[in-house]
Formats: sequence, structure tokens, C-alpha cells
Amino acid sequence: MARAITPRRKALTTAAAWTVALLIFFPIFWTILTSFKTEAQAINDPPLFWNFDWTLENYGVVQERSDYMRFLWNSVIIAGGSTLLGILIAVPAAWSMAFVPSRRTKDILLWMLSTKMLPAVGVLYPISLLFVQFNLLDTRAGLVVVLMLINLPIIVWMLYTYFKEIPGEILEAARMDGATLKEEILYVLTPMAVPGIASTVLLNFILAWNEAFWTLNLTAANAAPLTAFIASYSSPEGLFFAKLSAASTMAIAPILILGWFSQKQLVRGLTFGAVK
Amino acid sequence: MGQIELKQVTKSFGDTQVIPPLDLTIGDGEFTVFVGPSGCGKSTLLRLIAGLEDITSGTIAIDGNDATSVVPAKRGLAMVFQSYALYPHMSVRKNIAFPLRMAKLPQAEIDKRVEAAANVLNLSDYLDRRPGQLSGGQRQRVAIGRAIVREPAAFLFDEPLSNLDAALRVGMRLEISELHKRLETTMIYVTHDQVEAMTMADKIVVLQAGVIEQVGSPLELYRTPRNLFVAGFIGSPRMNFITGEEAAKYDAHTIGVRPEHIDVVESGGQWQGTVGVAEHLGSDTFFHIHNTGLAETLTVRAIGDVSLRHGDTIHLNPRADEIHRFDAAGLRIG
Repeated sequence: MARAITPRRKALTTAAAWTVALLIFFPIFWTILTSFKTEAQAINDPPLFWNFDWTLENYGVVQERSDYMRFLWNSVIIAGGSTLLGILIAVPAAWSMAFVPSRRTKDILLWMLSTKMLPAVGVLYPISLLFVQFNLLDTRAGLVVVLMLINLPIIVWMLYTYFKEIPGEILEAARMDGATLKEEILYVLTPMAVPGIASTVLLNFILAWNEAFWTLNLTAANAAPLTAFIASYSSPEGLFFAKLSAASTMAIAPILILGWFSQKQLVRGLTFGAVK
Repeated sequence: MGQIELKQVTKSFGDTQVIPPLDLTIGDGEFTVFVGPSGCGKSTLLRLIAGLEDITSGTIAIDGNDATSVVPAKRGLAMVFQSYALYPHMSVRKNIAFPLRMAKLPQAEIDKRVEAAANVLNLSDYLDRRPGQLSGGQRQRVAIGRAIVREPAAFLFDEPLSNLDAALRVGMRLEISELHKRLETTMIYVTHDQVEAMTMADKIVVLQAGVIEQVGSPLELYRTPRNLFVAGFIGSPRMNFITGEEAAKYDAHTIGVRPEHIDVVESGGQWQGTVGVAEHLGSDTFFHIHNTGLAETLTVRAIGDVSLRHGDTIHLNPRADEIHRFDAAGLRIG
């Protein structure tokens, strides 16, 4: 029997959900609010909520001091490029794991995931050396490759989960119908997995966009994305909270908007296979 | 053309041999049914012919050409799957056209063949729908349509009707049989349902544990089953088996009599017992009879509606010329 949901219970759950949501959203809200304050008001004690002089000055200063568009463009290239490259490599990998598994497939999947448990700083030195060796420091190409490799296990895992849900008989039917392996993947598997691929792309784009360790350590000026843009405002020159907040707001705005419009897709992607 | 020849074919999954060495020839234009209980290897055998599984040893020839290591796409066979395996993201038209598109046929030819197939299968009104918008029977027809447009050397059916309800199944059974009569193409049909096997097949291959127990026409199998397994598997309700003294009278270890070959008489029959469950079908009545001293239960078919009730004594006469005799190894005698 289904559990009875009383109006009281419903109200309580709703209130609890809103509280949690507001708590999670509060730091973002506070950042956006602070970006409209003057530096003095930003560090005012007690904190100011509405009764301050709203100003766009910080945004002006930030734009003047650093070229936002250049950082934005770098972020788009690095996040987009690494996701695209990752998908191209992961689709065939996930195909073979899902449809022609060997006895070791499960082990390989776990091993791949285990690389995510390694602290990134543990491989900073070798990767930096490789970057120096191949002249990749401060290049977008270098970051595309590194971020792709960092996220590849997640991409393969997600695609593997989606592909597992596709009945093998349909692929066998394609084979009987005369499709080559390439045609089978292109015309049958990929279109059927589009919802899964879309949410994988979205999630990895967001992960790559927000990635700060490698982007900060391997770039200086040319290839620096928005994470470096934010970081440049928590600098030795001292803390300028209002300007830092303005820079942060500008950096997270695109991904926040993207996330907002694709939340349905994301939720479906993240809970895929959990409920049948 | 569509002659398929299997020579010394074996299949093992890891250390488990599911098909011991097996020889089988399927003639051009024949409707062959592989039948057997679940797990008997019939679907595996079909998948070996399709090329979806690699054979462990032996050879498969299609129309005299060695196809053992030819990929499924190049064997010229079409398959209809149990789950239909339609492409859910394509319309019915695109589903049926898919094999032709893969064969790189000109668009005009594709359109012509799809229209023709849709006509034959009564799908013309549904060509622009997605498989998800169709009923089970229509999906089945789309799957068949996708198979026939290619004009394959042979059709492979893997339990195609088991997902349909009983009434629809009878209808589709007839449609497939009619299709075979019209196309005269080799068809290999896998089922666990002996009624499907009996009604559709030119030739039935009875399998058990990967071994062919008997190959023959439906009536050959019905009349002269080679062993106890085939005798028990073919025919519905099942053949009655009697061992011991009664069998010894016939000079056999086991005798088998089909329910339809035992007559119910008023009195003085060769056998008697008490009526257990009586199943009244109108045209026939099936009695399950206990306390005969022959076997735990005997099943008997009486024509029409016979009014004997639970617990009544029933007198029976088996027809002497319809008694099957088997030796201790379960093999047919005579």
C-alpha cells in the first residue's frame, strides 16, 4: 500500500526542501549581492542586505583591468574541446564495454574510476614536466587534453550506464540488417543514446568549466580561463571582496544559465537507470 | 536459394559445451522449426546460423558457400527477434527501409520495396508512426517487413510470437505460414511451443541439451517418435507412458499411448480407473484418471461432452495399433 501523504506532511517536506535549497543557494546569492556593493560596504559589520548603495562600478573596474571576453573564450574552448574529445574517445570505449564485455571489463571500469581517487596534486610534477617537454604550458590544446583525461573515466562510466540500458537485440538486428560497426554506432546506437549523451556532455562541460586545479597550475596568460580570471582577484594586492564577487559572478553566470535551462536533462541524466 | 548445411558444428561457452557436434541440412524453401524445452540450445543454434555467435568448431555453408567466418551482415539472412528489436527512434518506414539503406540501394527502389512490403503486411497506414505507437501485433509485422524487403536467402525467426497474446498468436501463425507459401523462401523458426511447430513446419528438429533428438515432418514425429523424449514432447496433451507388467505384455520396457488413442467404453474395458479432474472443452473432454494401477495419472480424450464426474469409475480401451513401444534405453522398438 502506498504511504498516505497528509497535507501537514506535505507542507513540512516542502518547507524543508526550500530551506535546504536556500541554504545551498545562499553563498551564490551573497556573491552576486556583494558584487553590487562598494569595497567598504562589502566588508561592513554587520553585513548589509538591501540598504547599501547599489553600484555597477566593480563590473566596470573588472572589465577594464582584465579582458573578460578572452577568459570566457578560453573557458568555452577548453571546456567544450575537452568534452567533445572525451565523447569521441568514450563512445567506442563504452560501446565495447557494454556490448562485448570481457571477463575483465568490470575491473577496468573500477580501475578507471580509481584514478579519480588520486589527489590531482600527486601527478602535478610529472604532468608539468610533460607540458614543459612538449611545449604545452599555457596553451589551450594542453588543457583540452588534460581536462579530457581527467574527466574521461566519468564520461566512459556515464555512457556505459546508458548503453547498458539499450537492448543488445536492437544492435544485433542492425548487424543482421547489414550495418557495419560504424553504421551500427552511427545510425542505431548513438541516436538511441542521445538523451544519455546529452546529459553526459552537459555534466562534463560543467565539470571542465569549473575545474580550477589544472587550469590554474598550467596556464599563465594566453590560455587562462575564467577560473584564473577569478583567482586573479584574490591576489597579493590584498582582498577586494566586491571586485572578487563581480569577477566570480561574471565567471559563473554563463554556466549557471546553461545549467538552469538544462536542469531537466541533467536530473534525468544523473538519475538514469536508478528507476526503471 | 537458401540451402543451409551445418557440419560437425559445436558451440562452447567457456568450458561448457552447449552444442555437441551436430549435423543438419535445411533444404531450400523449407519451413524448418527448431523445437525443444527452454535451454535446449535451439536459440543458440539459430544465432550460430545467423552469425551472431561464433561457432567453436565445424562449418556452416549457405547455398554451398562456406559462411563459417562470414559476418552476419554478409550472410544474406534476415532475422526476426523475440523482442522485435525495432529501432525506436525511426518511423515504421525507416525501420523497414533500414536494411535497404545499408545495402546502398537507390532511394526510388527503397521506396518501392517498402510500399510493397507495407501492402503485404497491412502496414500502409502506419508508415509514419514510431514503433512505440504500435500494438504488439503491428510491431511484429514491422519486424517481418524489415526482414522481407531484403529478399534474403533465408528467414530466421527467434520465438517471434511469444510476446503476443493467445488470440493474436494464432493469427500471426497463419500469417507467417501464408507468407512462407507465397515467398517460398527458406525459413527457420525457433519455438518452445510444440503446437506452433506442428502447425507451421515442413520439418521439425527436436532438440534437447544441444542434441538433435529427431528430425522429421510433423506427422512423422507424431506417428513414429524415435524415443521417449520426442514422444512426450510432440502432441498435446502429452502421451501417457506406462511401464512394468502392462508394458511387458507388449514386449517393451515402456509403452506410450496418446490420450486420443484411448477409447472410453461403458464397461469391461482393458483398463479402468477413477476420474480425477475432467476438462470440458465442448468439442472434447479430457479426463485425468487415477488408480489405474498403470501410471500415476492417465490422460484420456473423449469426443464431445461425456458426463462422467469426479470419483466415477471409467473403463478404457487403448487402440492396440496406436501403442508405441520403447526399450529400456528409451528408444523406439519397431
